[in-house]
Amino acid sequence: MNRLDRKFKELNLRNLKAFAAYITAGDPGLDVTKRIVLALEEGGADIIELGIPFSDPLADGPTIQAASMRALKKRINLEKVFRLVKDLRKVTQIPVLFMTYYNPVLKYGLGRFFKKCSSNGVDGVIIPDLPQEEAKDVVTLGKDMRVATIFLAAPTSTKDRIRSIAKVSRGFIYYVSLTGVTGARARLPQDVTSNVKLIKAETRKPVLVGFGVSTAGQARSISRIADGVIVGSAIVKIIEESAGDTRRLLSRILKFSKKLAKAVHNA
Amino acid sequence: MMVPNKRGYYGEFGGKFVPETLMAALDELEKEYYKAKRDKHFIAELRLYLKEYAGRPTSLYFAKRLTEKMKGAKIYLKREDLLHTGAHKINNTLGQALLALRMRKSRLIAETGAGQHGVATATVAALFGLDCEIFMGDDDIKRQAINVFKMKLLGAKVTPVHSGSRTLKDAMNEAIRDWVTYVRATYYVIGSVAGPHPYPMVVRDFQAVIGKESKRQILAKERRFPDYIVACVGGGSNAIGIFYPFLEEKVNLIGVEAAGAGLNTDRHAATLCKGSLGVLHGSKSYILQDRDGQIKIAHSISAGLDYPGVGPEHAYLKRRGRAKYVAVKDKEALEGFKMLTELEGIIPALESSHAVYYAARLAKRLPKDKVIITCLSGRGDKDIDIVRGSNL
Repeated sequence: MNRLDRKFKELNLRNLKAFAAYITAGDPGLDVTKRIVLALEEGGADIIELGIPFSDPLADGPTIQAASMRALKKRINLEKVFRLVKDLRKVTQIPVLFMTYYNPVLKYGLGRFFKKCSSNGVDGVIIPDLPQEEAKDVVTLGKDMRVATIFLAAPTSTKDRIRSIAKVSRGFIYYVSLTGVTGARARLPQDVTSNVKLIKAETRKPVLVGFGVSTAGQARSISRIADGVIVGSAIVKIIEESAGDTRRLLSRILKFSKKLAKAVHNA
Repeated sequence: MMVPNKRGYYGEFGGKFVPETLMAALDELEKEYYKAKRDKHFIAELRLYLKEYAGRPTSLYFAKRLTEKMKGAKIYLKREDLLHTGAHKINNTLGQALLALRMRKSRLIAETGAGQHGVATATVAALFGLDCEIFMGDDDIKRQAINVFKMKLLGAKVTPVHSGSRTLKDAMNEAIRDWVTYVRATYYVIGSVAGPHPYPMVVRDFQAVIGKESKRQILAKERRFPDYIVACVGGGSNAIGIFYPFLEEKVNLIGVEAAGAGLNTDRHAATLCKGSLGVLHGSKSYILQDRDGQIKIAHSISAGLDYPGVGPEHAYLKRRGRAKYVAVKDKEALEGFKMLTELEGIIPALESSHAVYYAARLAKRLPKDKVIITCLSGRGDKDIDIVRGSNL
């Protein structure tokens, strides 16, 4: 069992929902990313999603697009983020997932990528532009290397699609709360509840909800229906605002993480 | 072998690499397209619009003076520049707009580089009373101001894209983001044979009218097929359109990419000549990328060729050796532009000028009994300012 499955088991025993925090790796710098991860964990985050910067992030809204561009300016690539995770593993066992577009993985080499995930302590991979139909090799490699391959379900997914996504996804199922790109939204669609129920009727795997979730209130209400939430842009926004002052940045992250963790865990 | 296969693959190229949110929409489009393809009413309606609205068939014109000047093979021009809106793009936007109507979508969106596809989409939106939003890179908006104004006159909203290289690639990212958001009521009119399946197939089939007509016309004029067909390739829609009906014939097919400042520089858009396997904008094909798999910024004097990807069927034709892909520099394209303008009184688009230059050079090397067809994909009015600024 890898760290991700173990985490869900442990949360389940304690009857808690999961709070997953997304940040773009290397923004504002790799050393700060490491400290942000530890601050998020200290605040109560259960899972860390590290975004691998990409030149053409077509599933992302302005906030994460900008973070991606800042990280690319610092020449962040997969190799460097793998090293960061290896480094993190000396001090934390928090589950770490990569959120990456497909092309950097393809270029790195699928076999080499999964081997490296396994050896460096990356527990799972989310590839937003890789639907399950195109993911046979990725799924097989993930299974072999014990790296969770997490697939997304959307409000537009048909019942048939949800069924096959639920079957093939490992670790958890990532439900995209809305039709759209990543980024904070004041309101989330009404159909989140019914759609999460629909997925949960198909599988016993955990269902986490992401895209648009940015406040403690939203995190709390979603945690009542799903197995957890993923918050990204709202955290990345704090990083953008306080990039020049690392101490302040870390204290803001810690505070926000605490708030979200409390909302999720007490839902 | 029939391509694409059921999964949208041309050999190892193609597929559907998009966010899950769009997968149902792609399935819906594919189903509707197959239905429309067999529907006599749809075919008749499209044919009528192509004829009476767009101006098909376009002529296959023998470029006598250009041929005489080259002292070699005969050069024919397939005159897509004569179409309504000034380029081949209308063949596809008419077809896709009729599909959108069948699917009860009330809004069209599109990406555009040179603005030709944007104008062609805005035109059919006006024609059929649909809402329309066009995404265009900030840099392209500057270099194609006339087309921007036209789109606005036609009632479209033109949204400038400031991210990345501010050209076609980024316009396509933004169009996809919009589509993901408004997928239920919006039809995305992709302008090239790129993007996720079924788009490369749909666009190819709508553009194949270019090749079908050329086949008939060259038989009438020369009583045989041409020895060569030459067409410019950005994403590759006019090239596939003219190549496709000739795939099974003994005809040499040559796609001309933009070499920009030169193939040994970093400033070109020659994806097939210099790129490598990757995934961009929903399909697996050749792309321009760096060591980390980041997409490189393309460069060409012609906004319509300024794209770091290429349609998967071209990748397949290259891999199979069925078509050959070459590249022509900015300077040479301008030379082609000048040649055609001065010798034939035809002002070609800078995109098409790449093909014209290559065809002229090829004709020079060949004996007089050989025949070349060049696809003149568009007219050059939109490029006048660029040419004026180029010290030609």
